[in-house]
Amino acid sequence: MATNPRPQQQLAVWNDPQAVPYVHIDRVTKKFGDFVAVNDVSLKIYKKELFCLLGGSGCGKTTLLRMLAGFEEPTSGKLFIDGVDMTGIPPYERPVNMMFQSYALFPHMTVEQNVAFGLKQDGVPKDEIAARVDDMLKLVRLQQFARRKPHQLSGGQRQRVALARSLVKRPKLLLLDEPLGALDKKLREHTQFELVNIQEQLGVTFVVVTHDQEEAMTLSTRIGVMNAGEIVQVGTPKDIYEFPSSKFVAEFIGNVNMFEGRLIEDEPDHVRIDSPELGGTIYVDHGVSSAPDAVVFAAIRPEKINISVEPPEQTDNVAQGTVKEIAYMGDVSVYLVQLASNKIVRVTQPNTYRHAEASITWDQTVYLSWHASSPVVVSE
Amino acid sequence: MNARAEAPRRHRHSAGVQLILDFLNRLPPYRWTQARLVRWGITGRTLATAIPYFWLLLFFLVPFIIVLKISFSEARIGIPPYQPLLSWLDGNVAQINVQLKNFANLILDSLYWRAYLNSIKVAAISTVLCLLIGYPMAYAIARAQSTWRHILLMMVILPFWTSFLLRVYAWIGILKNNGLINNFLMWTGLIDEPIVMLQTDFAIYVGIVYSYLPFMILPLYSNLEKMDLTLLEAAADLGARPFKTFLTITLPLSLPGIIAGSMLVFIPAVGEFVIPELLGPSDSLMIGKVLWQVFFTKRDWPAACAVAIALLLLLVIPIVMLQRAQAADARGAHR
Amino acid sequence: MKQSSTFRISVLVFGFAFLYIPILSLIVYSFNKSRLVTVWGGFSTQWYGRLLENRQILDAAWLSVKIAATNATGAVILGTLAGLALARFGKFRGRTLLSGMTTAPLVMPEVITGLSLLMLFVVMESAFGWPAGRGFTTITIAHMTLTLAYVTVIVQSRLSSLDDSLEEAAMDLGARPAKIFFVITLPIIAPALVSGWLLAFTISLDDLVIASFVSGPGASTLPMVIFSKVRLGVSPDINALATIIVLLVTLGVIAAGIFLARQEKRRQRDMQMAAAAK
Repeated sequence: MATNPRPQQQLAVWNDPQAVPYVHIDRVTKKFGDFVAVNDVSLKIYKKELFCLLGGSGCGKTTLLRMLAGFEEPTSGKLFIDGVDMTGIPPYERPVNMMFQSYALFPHMTVEQNVAFGLKQDGVPKDEIAARVDDMLKLVRLQQFARRKPHQLSGGQRQRVALARSLVKRPKLLLLDEPLGALDKKLREHTQFELVNIQEQLGVTFVVVTHDQEEAMTLSTRIGVMNAGEIVQVGTPKDIYEFPSSKFVAEFIGNVNMFEGRLIEDEPDHVRIDSPELGGTIYVDHGVSSAPDAVVFAAIRPEKINISVEPPEQTDNVAQGTVKEIAYMGDVSVYLVQLASNKIVRVTQPNTYRHAEASITWDQTVYLSWHASSPVVVSE
Repeated sequence: MNARAEAPRRHRHSAGVQLILDFLNRLPPYRWTQARLVRWGITGRTLATAIPYFWLLLFFLVPFIIVLKISFSEARIGIPPYQPLLSWLDGNVAQINVQLKNFANLILDSLYWRAYLNSIKVAAISTVLCLLIGYPMAYAIARAQSTWRHILLMMVILPFWTSFLLRVYAWIGILKNNGLINNFLMWTGLIDEPIVMLQTDFAIYVGIVYSYLPFMILPLYSNLEKMDLTLLEAAADLGARPFKTFLTITLPLSLPGIIAGSMLVFIPAVGEFVIPELLGPSDSLMIGKVLWQVFFTKRDWPAACAVAIALLLLLVIPIVMLQRAQAADARGAHR
Repeated sequence: MKQSSTFRISVLVFGFAFLYIPILSLIVYSFNKSRLVTVWGGFSTQWYGRLLENRQILDAAWLSVKIAATNATGAVILGTLAGLALARFGKFRGRTLLSGMTTAPLVMPEVITGLSLLMLFVVMESAFGWPAGRGFTTITIAHMTLTLAYVTVIVQSRLSSLDDSLEEAAMDLGARPAKIFFVITLPIIAPALVSGWLLAFTISLDDLVIASFVSGPGASTLPMVIFSKVRLGVSPDINALATIIVLLVTLGVIAAGIFLARQEKRRQRDMQMAAAAK
């Protein structure tokens, strides 16, 4: 799983009630005819954040971004950037720049002319334009390609031109629509870190739209998960992964095993869930706020489940099953284990030493167990 | 990478335009005018729409209304050669003078309706002939190697750029009694007397098929070229023989192309004037030619207008079919 | 497989023979000494000389070229505006009517277009005194109405295949709509405008029926003169004229073909270079 390259503690600005948001989305709704693309979304994004809007296609994330850029007007609600109401302000007068998914490089202009375009519109003096374009090209390491046309560049180079062009006007807020979507996997990983570096170097606030959860986890200070036009959870990558607030978020981010059950013990410091699906009880070492006897789901990540041939000593958080499928992935092995209820549980185990996977084979009876801190209880 | 290989080819044109626009923007009168116009709700957008809109209303829509009006009036000798629909008696009593005579004549005078029917027949037969020749050609071009494909396509389009009139004229030299074909056949001894081909219906068919063949080939080609060849492979894989594959896969999928091409041939062929005039018999009954004669020879403007209105009504159905087919084709392309 | 490729080749050979033999026969007989066009009387270029002495044809050709060039320029301007409105301005009131009025002329029989425009010009002249008489102006207006439809279709389809994020990017970088049109959109669609211009030029140069309706005494375009001559039968100087036209068009098309092929080649080389430069 991707790691977050930035230290967490310095940036808890969103937990500070005194902090003034840089971007304030206030109950924004956007309708296209009868279709509600964005439904009553409110969001605060702070200075120097790298905020990711994450969601599947058609969840409204791009529409939200386009409203920030000014290409769409909200049907209702307001957008504030740096405290200024953006209603009725056209894109060419907003202090915002955007990097397009297709890069939208002007095909009839050279790299240099593309980057200079925005400065020319502002009437910046000629020698200043030249200097700033040069600086920008240096930053993205494209100086020797200044005189080329976009079609003479590779995909990664085009991406960097697009980035340079959108940054050269020194916007306070940069919007990026699937910035890495068109790159191949190897280049994408490399570019992710480059993007974060440039963002920190320039101190610009980034709002990134992506459908790739790994990309969102790697890049962002915070993630807003969107579904069907609504923001379903906002939080740091760790929050989202470890403490999903709903079944949707848990299933959307990473792999998860979902056990349906009923709350039989509901104490402030722990809960116990009876799950016929599991064929046992699940003990969770933290309290949840839910009605007793309510139907809930316990979500457990595959890497947090231990698989063993011998029965473990605990009585909670244990299940017995048969290995149905083993996939050797190199760094980890994935086991699909069938329980008595016919439910299939996905378990991943790191291959910490060579032939670690060899001890378990097909159709073998195994025991699954996990720590009481691992399950997350969510409702439908 | 040497520097010469990527010599800067700047867009002087767009740089020049930018300079002019920047200069205009700084001029006070320009700013003032622009502000005024915007205040009245006139933006660049409205202007850009309004100019072609106004042009087409004036020169495309209004003329039809005038033609419709004239078709209800009575011919007279004078300038203009028709009675006004509205005339004033004693200065303040309006008299409306609507004549249905011109339309009644279309039915009563057998010349007209025979011309309509004959035009439809000639156009329909020509369309079928075009399809029979054009479909195999379009198919062969679409399945040719890509280098050849462009050359062949260019060769289909090339005649379209040369004069239509001269290409029809060429057939006079080929079809007439001492023309190419008869000379050749007599030389080979197959015939002793020349076959009369010019000024027959046969010559009209040849002329129409020849002139409109590219209109049939092009939409068919663009349809067949887009077709996913793996569909054919899938059919073959499932056991269909080539001819069967063609009948069950290729032909149904190319239907929008067939309809578009057929309508592009049929519609202009119905109203064709030049081909029957130059190649057909002098008494050939094609409605375009009849309209021309009524207008230029008989100088009966109201009758000509009525013929035009009736011809237009006749073409509404094929025009709608054409637009449907083109829309279907466009949708297919986006998928 | 072998069978079907033989079939395809023979289809193409016969099809193209049908398309090109008439044109070739025109060319061959333009060098015929005999006045009887189809009887070979030896090689001669005399008909070209005759053609160049024929004032009537030369005047008509010059008039046609003037009309065609004016028409093509006007049609490109109007057609670009209409194409822009249809492809870029979303839904506005009257869009359906505009779209209908730009596609209808494409399929309208020429006799109807010609007749109705003439009726308009007659009514306008009696009402406003303009256009006074018929000739250059009326033919140009008529041709523009017809050919602007072709240009609109070309521009509209080019614009809808153009990524709108290019224009959005320019707007995002601070350019106003009018400037975006001139600095971004126009240079990118320029090749489409060139082909639209050429098409409008050719259609105007070729038109007989509409011009015959809306033209007046003393203003005869080239097709009108040719038509009045060939109505009376074949005439060798018309063959010479046809040869010249075919030659010019072929040269133009070949030049365009070579130009496009070169551009394509350079593009491919550039792409390879880009791939290598990673």
